[in-house]
Amino acid sequence: MDSNIKMRADKVNFFYGSTQALKSVNINIFKNQVTALIGPSGCGKSTFIRLFNRMNELVVNTRLTGKIYIDSQDINLLCIDAVDIRRRVGMVFQKPNPFPKSIFDNIAYGLRVNGIKDKNFIEERVIQTLKKAALWDEVKCRLKESALGLSGGQQQRLCIARCLAVETEVILFDEPCASLDPISTGKIEELILELKKDYTIVIVTHNMQQAARVSDFTGFFLLGELIEFGKTSDIFTAPKDKRTEAYITGRFG
Amino acid sequence: MNYKRIKEKIYKWIFTVLAFSSLFFLVGIMIVLFKEGTPIFKDVGFFKFLFGSKWYPTYEPPDFGILPLILGSIWVTAGAIIVCVPLGVGSALYLNELAGFRQRQFLKPIIELLASIPSVVYGFFGMVIVTPFLQKTFNLPTGLTALNASLILGLMATPTVCSIAEDALSYVPRSFREASFAVGANRWQTLTRVVIPAAGSGISTAIILGMSRAIGETMTVLMVAGGAGVIPKTFLDPVRPMTSAIAAEMGEAPMGGDHYHALFAIALILFLITFVFNIIAEIISRRFRIKLGLSG
Ligand SMILES: Nc1ncnc2c1ncn2[C@@H]1O[C@H](COP(=O)(O)OP(=O)(O)OP(=O)(O)O)[C@@H](O)[C@H]1O
Ligand SMILES: [Mg+2]
Repeated sequence: MDSNIKMRADKVNFFYGSTQALKSVNINIFKNQVTALIGPSGCGKSTFIRLFNRMNELVVNTRLTGKIYIDSQDINLLCIDAVDIRRRVGMVFQKPNPFPKSIFDNIAYGLRVNGIKDKNFIEERVIQTLKKAALWDEVKCRLKESALGLSGGQQQRLCIARCLAVETEVILFDEPCASLDPISTGKIEELILELKKDYTIVIVTHNMQQAARVSDFTGFFLLGELIEFGKTSDIFTAPKDKRTEAYITGRFG
Repeated sequence: MNYKRIKEKIYKWIFTVLAFSSLFFLVGIMIVLFKEGTPIFKDVGFFKFLFGSKWYPTYEPPDFGILPLILGSIWVTAGAIIVCVPLGVGSALYLNELAGFRQRQFLKPIIELLASIPSVVYGFFGMVIVTPFLQKTFNLPTGLTALNASLILGLMATPTVCSIAEDALSYVPRSFREASFAVGANRWQTLTRVVIPAAGSGISTAIILGMSRAIGETMTVLMVAGGAGVIPKTFLDPVRPMTSAIAAEMGEAPMGGDHYHALFAIALILFLITFVFNIIAEIISRRFRIKLGLSG
């Protein structure tokens, strides 16, 4: 397999009960690149990215067929622990979801559950990731206060920092800017471009400009199918499929 | 048109009256308890009544010290907590975190059914099964003891604790769990470090309401606690909790006499205790809802 491929989905079908949410999806996610997934609401984007950190297992009565690979290893083999996968593949959710704990503890949480006890190390890592997530200046004097007191945009950057603290290899962003204002959105986009150096990134977005600004590759989903996948520049300038063109020019969705 | 307006007004009035009637009853009960209970404080003295160690209300002269009764209540309630917290919170955790859909559908109604068994049936169970068992195991003169009452009360309070704790756990948003799993926490870590702390005050509420249930229960303790109005030294002593003293003696106490007033005073104290428990539970659960961002 191409060593530039970080993750791969191979003929993936996914079912919630008897309703099929994904239909035979094949995709390659390239290393140190940003891959954007676009498509109308309910087409299965969230369902799809949650396969890469085995998050869908938490939903009862679901079924997966096909294979998901990370570094050419099948991640759904029985001998592989979902916890190990999630330590390699982090996720930022659509809605900011900080814990009802202090700002500091929110970020330290991922380190602590992964067995890190060294206080100095944790403290350093917390500061470092807060700086990386462009949140440090706003919270440095209130690290002990509850994270729920932060604004939506700050909460989302905190969630990104929490994810960064674990130092995964991949980060999945599920519409990270859905509830944010343009300024916070801009900050997060900058951050994503910055993170590309160290991470492989997948981002779901409803914002075409955002996909065009941050991503190298784009996949277009419709009703559970991956209709088109390719270089972002190609998808946005010369889409091969009529439906892709219709969607990105805003004629449906 | 006018007729309709009047009808609406009448409805509004009826429902207002119904809604406020519970307040009316509450105040009424309080007034009666105060009026009938406080005379004994004047006769015996408040502290002597509360902390007197002898309860011989029918002797000549009588002793009205309710410390043995208070301690009786405290012992059985404490014992009940030791039983119902692990049982109730444990089954809530199981139902919410581990049980599959089917098990849950099956177990939840069963636990709730436990709550609907009349207390006299529990008492009966305690007398017929637990009593001889305790008597044999610990080689006691009687199996009707604080331990017996604790076990039965604990069992009785379990559904209360379980269902409130389960509600508290289910209020913890799924997003908290997902966030925890997403950074590589396992089930156990997610449960102990995120879910339980987030539901913590809800679970405390459950425990306090369980206590309030145990301390106010009458029929069962009347049947299985043994009824001895002396200060208990171990769980294997028979005790006479406040509720059972009132229930057992009210029929014989001459109306308007000291004994009669003393029983009312006990009821008043009991009422105040459960009142305080419930207020604490309410405050905690309100704070809990605010903490989780649910409405206050
Ligand atoms: N937990 C679930 N149980 C049952 N069906 C679900 C569940 N989650 C999603 N679905 C269904 O699967 C399909 C895909 O949903 P998904 O959330 O993946 O869409 P999406 O592309 O992320 O949409 P959006 O852009 O609105 O977030 C939808 O039809 C949805 O109703
Ligand atoms: Mg989605």
